[in-house]
Amino acid sequence: MLKDITLGQYFPGDTLAHRLDPRTKLLAVVCYIVAIFSCHTLWAYGTMALTLAVAARISKVSARALFRGLRPVLFIITFTAVLNLFYTPGETLWTWWVLRVTREGLYTALAMVTRITLLITGTFLLTYTTSPIRLTDGLESLLAPLKKLRVPVHELAMMMSIALRFIPTLIEETDKIMSAQKARGADFESGGLIRRAKALIPLLVPLFISAFRRADELATAMECRCYHGGEGRTKLHVLHFAARDYAVLAFYIVLAAAIVALG
Amino acid sequence: MSTMIETKDLSYTYPGGEGTAATLALDGVTLSIARGSFVVVLGHNGSGKSTFAKTLNAVLLPGGGTVWVDGMDTKNEALLLEIRRRVGMVFQNPDNQIVANVVEEDVAFAPENLGVPTAEIRQRVDDALEAVGMTEFTLHAPHLLSGGQKQRIAIAGVLAMLPECIVLDEATAMLDPMGRREVLNVIEGLHREKDVTVVLITHHMNEAEHADRVIVMDDGHVAMDGTPREVFSRAEELRALGLAVPDTVALLRELKANGLDVPTDAITVSDCADAIMDAMKQHA
Repeated sequence: MLKDITLGQYFPGDTLAHRLDPRTKLLAVVCYIVAIFSCHTLWAYGTMALTLAVAARISKVSARALFRGLRPVLFIITFTAVLNLFYTPGETLWTWWVLRVTREGLYTALAMVTRITLLITGTFLLTYTTSPIRLTDGLESLLAPLKKLRVPVHELAMMMSIALRFIPTLIEETDKIMSAQKARGADFESGGLIRRAKALIPLLVPLFISAFRRADELATAMECRCYHGGEGRTKLHVLHFAARDYAVLAFYIVLAAAIVALG
Repeated sequence: MSTMIETKDLSYTYPGGEGTAATLALDGVTLSIARGSFVVVLGHNGSGKSTFAKTLNAVLLPGGGTVWVDGMDTKNEALLLEIRRRVGMVFQNPDNQIVANVVEEDVAFAPENLGVPTAEIRQRVDDALEAVGMTEFTLHAPHLLSGGQKQRIAIAGVLAMLPECIVLDEATAMLDPMGRREVLNVIEGLHREKDVTVVLITHHMNEAEHADRVIVMDDGHVAMDGTPREVFSRAEELRALGLAVPDTVALLRELKANGLDVPTDAITVSDCADAIMDAMKQHA
């Protein structure tokens, strides 16, 4: 069950999308999101869908992998679609018992489903083509101006990368604790929701204790390797914008501007 | 030979919590560790050996007395980074000292902290990974490696600081015999080829075989101090301190007790085998 957790799954590759600077991709996603929320016409949605399809094609990410990312939000999508479909006032198309579908409702529901689908798959494309480390590096570099406002940007980026580093370790540990508890008769699989939630307590307590101990040891080890915050820190991999980054970025800015103005 | 680390009247007390008394972990330790030496610190649990290790690069500051690293007092906060760069420390649990999720990024962590220029970081990372024989794993994820490999990455992470001394605080305790062998081979290689001073804290007697010097700690004191031969020839004293002699020495002592005329101070397996061969030839 724990093997399924894929937070920000990354597919290694060597395509144009993989080689782009993470900052370019982050900014492009921001433009993409702005554009999606400004879509009002069929043309605009069509353009965005085409952009996504081309980007996915370039990244060599299969449509199946792309839509798999939608599975966890399927419920939200259906829920929004149903609500919009039945509860939007307007010209009646079809009625049955208390249910009434309107023309406006149908349009809004379709628009919402398209919008959420494009939004999720688009952002998934970012994590599919960018390793977590490059993503954090990109975020740290983009948010660097906030340091002047005393926002602990470096610390946040460091926390994020350490969290990513420890996910597999903690999952492994959870598996171990679960096996140990099962060997002593614990039951994680039967019973209702509350019963199952309660069964997790003897799992979470040791997990938390060990996570704190790990954190303590890691902090000492980091200090021993001369960690003293972000000040004066250099990098093994320095980010730099290449011509392709400017081109991609220009394309997305124009796209967002055009959709905001015309869509 | 010049002095790498020197301690004088070093003591350290862990403050007691609610319901527990304060414990005196180190009590008047005066030692001097020569540059380029290979020192093994032995002791049973609670003997103070780990506490001693942690005072060597200012993870713990002495409660009393002084520690000098290359002549620098560890209590001087202005010298903290310089002290920690010179004395690298490798800990017991490999999982809890690896920071990044790519091997090369982890090895680069210390030089990044020290503000080393990018091109030189690359060079140091490649050199360090080569020195521990992990070059082919440069782009791997650390959590998929074996314990011995993870610990070698941790050593590479320390090597990238270009330290003069490496302290290993029970760094082999959580490893299987093969992983332990891997790590010890790397350490012995570094000592031999790069002239790194090594302080190896352990409770495995057999790890002392390549040491120049063995220090036995008990109850916060230095109980014994000498070459491996000197220390392991005092088997009764070691037993009184809750320690056993290495398997090789134990075997030779048994043989001698049963009438075979063998020396009892051969520590490495090959020396031990030679000694038995010689004795048997004479016997025949």
